[in-house]
Amino acid sequence: MQSTKENIRIGFYVCHCGHNIAAMVDCADVAKYVKGLPNVVLSRDYKYMCSDPGQELIQKDIREYKLNRVVVASCSPLLHEHTFRSATAAGGLNPYYFHMVNIREHDSWVHTDRGEATVKAKALAHAAIDRVAFHKALETKTVKINPDALVVGGGIAGIHAAMTLANAGKKVYLVEREPSIGGHMAKFDKTFPTLDCAACILTPKMSEVGAHPNITLWSYSEVAQVDGYVGNYKVRVKRKPRYISEERCIGCMDCISACVFKEPKFEDEFNEGLGKRKPVYIPFPQATPQIVVIDPNVCLNFKRTKGPDGTPIVSDRCKKTCVEACGDKNAIDFTQKEEIKEIEVGTIIVATGFKTFDSKRVPAYGYGIYKNVYTALEIERLVNASGPTGGEVILREGKNPDGSPKHPKSIGIIHCVGSRDKKTNVWCSRVCCMYSMKLAHLLKEHTGAEVYNFYIDIRAPGKGYEEFYNKLLDEGVHFIRGRVGEVTDWAMTPEEEGKLVIRVEDTLAGYVRRIPVDMVVLSSGLEPQADAQDVRRLFNMSCGTEGFFLERHPKLAPVNTFTDGIFIAGACQGPRDIPDTVAQAGAAAAEALVLIDKGFVEQEPNTAFILDEECSGCKSCIPLCPYSAILYDETRKKAHINEALCKGCGTCVAACPSGSIVQNLFEDEQIFSEIQGVLAYD
Amino acid sequence: MSKPKVAFYWCASCGGCEETIVDLAEDILGIVEKVDIVLWPVAMDFKYKDIEAMPDKSIAATLLNGAIRTTEQEEMAHMLRRKSQYLIAYGACAHLGGIPGLSNQFSREHMLKFNYEDAPSMANPKKTRPQLKFADGGREPTLPELHHVVRTLDQVVEVDYYVPGCPPTPKLTNVAVTALLENRLPPKGSVIAPDIALCDECPRKASKPVNTSFTEFKRPHQKLMDPNLCLLAQGIVCMGPSTRSGCEAACIRGGMPCTGCFGPTSRVRDQGLKILSSLCSNVAPKENGEIDKVLEGIPDPVGTFYRYGLAKSLMRRKVNLPVK
Ligand SMILES: Cc1cc2nc3c(=O)[nH]c(=O)nc-3n(C[C@H](O)[C@H](O)[C@H](O)COP(=O)(O)OP(=O)(O)OC[C@H]3O[C@@H](n4cnc5c(N)ncnc54)[C@H](O)[C@@H]3O)c2cc1C
Repeated sequence: MQSTKENIRIGFYVCHCGHNIAAMVDCADVAKYVKGLPNVVLSRDYKYMCSDPGQELIQKDIREYKLNRVVVASCSPLLHEHTFRSATAAGGLNPYYFHMVNIREHDSWVHTDRGEATVKAKALAHAAIDRVAFHKALETKTVKINPDALVVGGGIAGIHAAMTLANAGKKVYLVEREPSIGGHMAKFDKTFPTLDCAACILTPKMSEVGAHPNITLWSYSEVAQVDGYVGNYKVRVKRKPRYISEERCIGCMDCISACVFKEPKFEDEFNEGLGKRKPVYIPFPQATPQIVVIDPNVCLNFKRTKGPDGTPIVSDRCKKTCVEACGDKNAIDFTQKEEIKEIEVGTIIVATGFKTFDSKRVPAYGYGIYKNVYTALEIERLVNASGPTGGEVILREGKNPDGSPKHPKSIGIIHCVGSRDKKTNVWCSRVCCMYSMKLAHLLKEHTGAEVYNFYIDIRAPGKGYEEFYNKLLDEGVHFIRGRVGEVTDWAMTPEEEGKLVIRVEDTLAGYVRRIPVDMVVLSSGLEPQADAQDVRRLFNMSCGTEGFFLERHPKLAPVNTFTDGIFIAGACQGPRDIPDTVAQAGAAAAEALVLIDKGFVEQEPNTAFILDEECSGCKSCIPLCPYSAILYDETRKKAHINEALCKGCGTCVAACPSGSIVQNLFEDEQIFSEIQGVLAYD
Repeated sequence: MSKPKVAFYWCASCGGCEETIVDLAEDILGIVEKVDIVLWPVAMDFKYKDIEAMPDKSIAATLLNGAIRTTEQEEMAHMLRRKSQYLIAYGACAHLGGIPGLSNQFSREHMLKFNYEDAPSMANPKKTRPQLKFADGGREPTLPELHHVVRTLDQVVEVDYYVPGCPPTPKLTNVAVTALLENRLPPKGSVIAPDIALCDECPRKASKPVNTSFTEFKRPHQKLMDPNLCLLAQGIVCMGPSTRSGCEAACIRGGMPCTGCFGPTSRVRDQGLKILSSLCSNVAPKENGEIDKVLEGIPDPVGTFYRYGLAKSLMRRKVNLPVK
């Protein structure tokens, strides 16, 4: 197979990585074996190859032994490929004459038999030795970074990230799908563990975003398409019609009071359906932007049937008292259409948050069956001073004998609904223990009721969190350890009559208990957004098994994704509370700033190119490129790859039916020699 | 100066390649004039022992068609290699294993059983099978033994050139023979055909849209085909994109898809894998169930993608078959 004419001189190094590798792989034996392979001039084992002396060793050997290839067997290339390429370059060689073998993550860490792990290390090393002979000198290219940034999702994560970038003087587009930014936090009354008022800390930030000269806020909008690559993304943003001119609306809300519907009549999404709104509305008083929305599904000026493309049709049947009230401002526009905006940005932060678990999926807890079973988010609205009841906790079902609304005298809060459960989601949602205790405190404060928390374990690891738990114990909130079996209205004693009975095995007391309550609160867990897979594809990210967006490295690159220039922040990456979300949002902004302020990135030369003479113009590759980097040249009847757009994914290379696309660092002879090498050891 | 000696020989093949030699029509006379044919079992009577008696390398060129399946074929391949300066694998079977190579999916026993017992057209109540040796009136005739697998010529002996095709076209044959006679030979190991895929010379090339993706596959008899539109764009599997050109798209001009007989380009080690990878990447649906539905249109993937190339492919044979 050896087609290269030059005299190949390989230096091989196997790293002990302290005990990480050496404990499971006999490194000296690997070095001895490799010494005997073709083209190997020297072969060493060393304690820490990534250390300064390790890197200097490579440089010295290159000069002294006239090495022209270097192979290091150590950890994952994700960690140290760059380190060793730099050392190779410092030794005077083209860095792409280096190849790395992973004998830690792929070997020592995953095996338990030292003999077999050593054999595997030898086979992997053999593969690299065979492959590296075919390596070629390659050039890295640099691409410029567009300094503008896009933040997707206007929850606390998106808000904080956008503000950080904007305050650093960068231009930011903030795209939020709902009519207002704020995310889940905007719905809360107070936040654990400090019990500071959510609105008091959030709304100033929201209006700052709305007014910031560096931020273009597009609410009621979604990203429709993303093209390009790090530093140079082209993004199409879909702006949904709100039937209000954003330029002309001043947020006076005269239209709302003037609406022909005298009373709010339609389910209010922001209040989890607990309140009502009109067809023209603002989601909540502090909504940002302060611009109303018209819901064409219920507004009388629209037909109930939609156009063929799903767009609402104006019926012109309403008296349009709203338009009258708006007067000269003339902000209402029933003919508004969806609009597509095209922007160019260099970096993107995805902060699309989470959704709560649908409690109906655990029918034994009675949500949707018994009216007085609530989700935690409903309670957040119910205890909220600006909520649908002004903060008064009244039951959905049941009235006092005098006909007045009834307040609960006993309340059960069930933890881990849809969390830590093989039947639903196995993960711990991390915030539910804390928010359950927050709600227990607030409910007790608002109603004086007896409050029972049903928990599996209390998880309160955070600054001031354990203290908060202790405070709740002092307040006399009851804690019963055990996973609730069911919630039922089937009374077995007179005291249970007319109540909801929570049946639970109290694992501390060691018997099954029945606790009758007036109100049940389900602490539903956190889940990926319903459209997380679509968003993942849109931004070319990955998802973990549970469906949250995957970070590049759980410890060392927690806000990076596998796509350069695209970062993640907040609960879209996994359940987390506000302090962690904000910290992560800051980190994502900082990572984006690193790219923006550096101004350029170096691009891996692992790009693909077309062998022009050999290309038959069959067009098989054209639709496959996820980066739209391949074009068909109509005059020459051949495909062409734009190297700046190519990310080296290899899709076209594998798919080219006549083998006429080649990828640097993944040429056929490199891969085949690697396979032969790995199979050669026996 | 005496005329160069040329031999034609056939191994596991159908005889179609021989037909092409005859199809050279007038040209053959020109060739025959210039050469001295020393072996051509299909047309002339020569004895193997005469060849055996010739000095090594005394034949200028042997054009051998057919794959290697039997001990006799293997023996002849070795002998002709010894006697010839140039050994040319002529046609898809010698080049790639060809149609006989498809039997590498089955064991020898499986095949013999089917052919001598189970085949619907077989009447053999005693289940007689060919014997390697049997006694008949004091004589003991022998038959060659079948190897377990079919091999290409170059898996048995060194090959100098390949003339591809099932069968090779007269035009390419002429090119090869002329190059030999005029001693204008390409680098050793070359396939005598352009090293670019068939789409390059396909009359329907321009009609293929850039975003062809597959929502269904149909076989030619299942569909009323548009005579001008790229067959892939019509959901008909056409091997053209992964097949060497040089046939001038004969099948497509005849209204049928390319089945891949010219084999892959020099850059590809496994023609079937390559076209599979290309077609599958362009299957429109993304969900398992729907993907399966599209693939149902290809009931015999090996016969479709490896019709000629199985013996030469990376897999070569069913995993548990012995090599010889
Ligand atoms: C009941 C409950 C109570 C809680 N109480 C507390 C507490 O007291 N203290 C605390 O620290 N934490 C609390 N949490 C956790 C807190 O909600 C999260 O930490 C926080 O909301 C995460 O912020 P985020 O911005 O990542 O996500 P989110 O708040 O979910 O915001 C995401 C935003 O992105 C938008 N979006 C989503 N998809 C798209 C898209 N495709 N395009 C554009 N925009 C999109 C959404 O509309 C939303 O505005 C609680 C959670 C729950 C469920």
